[in-house]
Amino acid sequence: MSKSAYSTDITEEKLERVIIVAWVDNETGVLARVAGLFSGRGYNIESLAVAEVDEERNISRITIATNGTKLVIEQIKAQLLKLVPVHKVADFKIDLDKSVFKELALIKFIGDAEVLKQAEQICVDFKGEFLDKTPQSFIIQLVKKRSEINNFIKKAKPFGLASITRSGPLAMSKGSETIKDNKGKIL
Amino acid sequence: MSMELTGAEIVFKALADHQVEYIFGYPGGAVLPLYDQLSKQKKIKHILVRHEQGAGHAAEGYARSTGKPGIVLVTSGPGATNMVTALTDAYMDSIPLVCITGQVPSHLIGTDAFQECDTTGITRPCTKHNWLVKDVNQLAETIHKAFRIATTGRPGPVLIDIPKDIQFKKGIYKSNEKIEIDSYQPNYKGDATEIEKAIELIAQAKKPIFYTGGGVVNAGEKASETLRELVSTTGFPITSTLQGLGCYPGEDSQFLGMLGMHGTYEANHAMHDCDLMINIGARFDDRITGMVSKFSPGSKKIHIDIDASSINKVVKVDVGIVGDAQSIMSSMVDIIKKKYPGFRSSNKEKISDWWKQIEIWREKKSLSFREDKSVILPQYAVQRLYELTKNQDTFITTEVGQHQMWAAQHYKFSKPNRWMTSGGLGTMGYGLPAAIGVQVAHPKRLVIDIAGEASILMCIQELSTAVQYRLPVKIFILNNEYMGMVRQWQELLHDKNYSESYSEALPDFVKLAEAYGAIGIRADKPAELDEKIKEMISVDRPVIFDCRVTKEENCYPMIPSGKAHNEMILGAEDEEVITEEGKVLV
Repeated sequence: MSKSAYSTDITEEKLERVIIVAWVDNETGVLARVAGLFSGRGYNIESLAVAEVDEERNISRITIATNGTKLVIEQIKAQLLKLVPVHKVADFKIDLDKSVFKELALIKFIGDAEVLKQAEQICVDFKGEFLDKTPQSFIIQLVKKRSEINNFIKKAKPFGLASITRSGPLAMSKGSETIKDNKGKIL
Repeated sequence: MSMELTGAEIVFKALADHQVEYIFGYPGGAVLPLYDQLSKQKKIKHILVRHEQGAGHAAEGYARSTGKPGIVLVTSGPGATNMVTALTDAYMDSIPLVCITGQVPSHLIGTDAFQECDTTGITRPCTKHNWLVKDVNQLAETIHKAFRIATTGRPGPVLIDIPKDIQFKKGIYKSNEKIEIDSYQPNYKGDATEIEKAIELIAQAKKPIFYTGGGVVNAGEKASETLRELVSTTGFPITSTLQGLGCYPGEDSQFLGMLGMHGTYEANHAMHDCDLMINIGARFDDRITGMVSKFSPGSKKIHIDIDASSINKVVKVDVGIVGDAQSIMSSMVDIIKKKYPGFRSSNKEKISDWWKQIEIWREKKSLSFREDKSVILPQYAVQRLYELTKNQDTFITTEVGQHQMWAAQHYKFSKPNRWMTSGGLGTMGYGLPAAIGVQVAHPKRLVIDIAGEASILMCIQELSTAVQYRLPVKIFILNNEYMGMVRQWQELLHDKNYSESYSEALPDFVKLAEAYGAIGIRADKPAELDEKIKEMISVDRPVIFDCRVTKEENCYPMIPSGKAHNEMILGAEDEEVITEEGKVLV
């Protein structure tokens, strides 16, 4: 018999990656509520992006990349919906037929002319947009899927790659569908 | 017409508009304007506690015994941090509290000022919602929202943090009617098609059971009546969680007693073997389910809950209905009566084997205990307390531990809101302040805190509150000198290594009572117990009853950890059997 008053963890289910989106009132503390819910209940945050999307109604859209078993993902959504300032919640499974996924990255290269030339070629191959150029450096912008940005970084790393900032992925459903209200519903 | 009022005036006007009669609190620097205003008005009375945690639990007791929200007023910094345990307790057990905290003046926030803490940050995970009010013109609206959120949907604690300068500033009072919360619209009615599905399962079931919880208490007094009607209409057996006790009469023949870790043999076996489980307002807590993978493996499950996130959280169910227990049970009764007139008698045959089986389990008499003429057994003490108080409308609170489980097992409740106990958080020290809150709400009723000698010391200072307000609460201590539940687990799981669970020094509880200005009574022998309990009841003042019980009694029956409902142990004899079979225990 276990020496604990609690049952043992027997979950061996597969983790799935998913992007969770919550529409929230843009008020003080709302991000802390959402982030605190994740840490407090032991959920993972891979990346998080938040900005106001409806100035009139004062609504922000929070986008969180996370992973978990199917049951955990359902619980994350249910717990988010329980928060008072949350209006609705959606999850986007990594399915390119159903949703668009994009991430913004700014990447700086520093080096001598020889190195920068090689770096530039990779950037052109990846259709990066040049935002700033000096004789010793340049900055490019990539707007791509997460995996493509990862791929770029791997390739460009030996050629003076000095600094990276990424927004984390954003998601939107394809076609004419939008996310319906699901507050107070069983998911 | 709009009026200019100070922040402090706005607070008390809003509280009065919400029919608040009592607040539980403790003054301090950051709430002085509020306390100044308190003394200038007559509608709201203040109960001065001795520690902020006591205010929180007292408000919980008040709320649980009345169905109204409990109101707390404390200062910034330590006032707020001392409230954290009570807020968390209320959050876990779905108790509506409105907690008002003072905060340092706005311009000092963030400077580590004296008695400053990030109150909204600290209490964010233990409240249903909280606010820091930065504009006096938002204050009234915030308070109205707070009441709405605390008392509707799944009830819970909310907190309003008011900086001292906002309490002084003048602003507009906004009335409650104009308040809307866009993103907060609790669902009460329940989905009609899901209710129909539930009824179909009920009509087909051969081995059904109702499993009800605190949600029925929270759905209002009417919900308990409707539950009784539903149970009587179906003829099904019913079991209850710790929090739900009292919604269904404890002495009724359809009631199988409490379920879970220290539930009855019949309740747990019925839960394990049933083919239909109807969960109304309970949440599949781990003290209820035991090992989830072995939990009621063969049953279809219906779950009725006002909180959508409770459904499918721990146990996957076949039919989930989000809504208010009262409203949904009442539709269920209506549909059954319409669709299946005379359901109980026409269905009797179908579930008769099930009832026969339940009677066999009942014969185990899992709550029975040996007779002892020399020392008081704790179970016997609770049983006598019940027998001697059941003729009046008695309110029971408890602390946490063995005494709590014995109280739940041996004290039978016939009405809701009579049983106040810390179930989710398991807060030692809850019972005395909770009893004070109950007594404030019900001055003429008998209020007893069934306590342990360890738990009671965690909030004993509130006895002073009881004396000050002439609240004749009775503290009935089952004194075994051990943290009994800790000792029991150490006996069963840690080779009787009683590490730090024995209190080598304890106060003389009779003298302690006298020091506070209360009455102390002690009972050592079973023969004197009845007389002394009667004496306790007859005293119209706070009493500490030091009931000296046998030291190493264990609380049975019990589902050992990692076991299923049908693997209960009934007593020490079972332990030995298991030991011989494979040293599974001890």
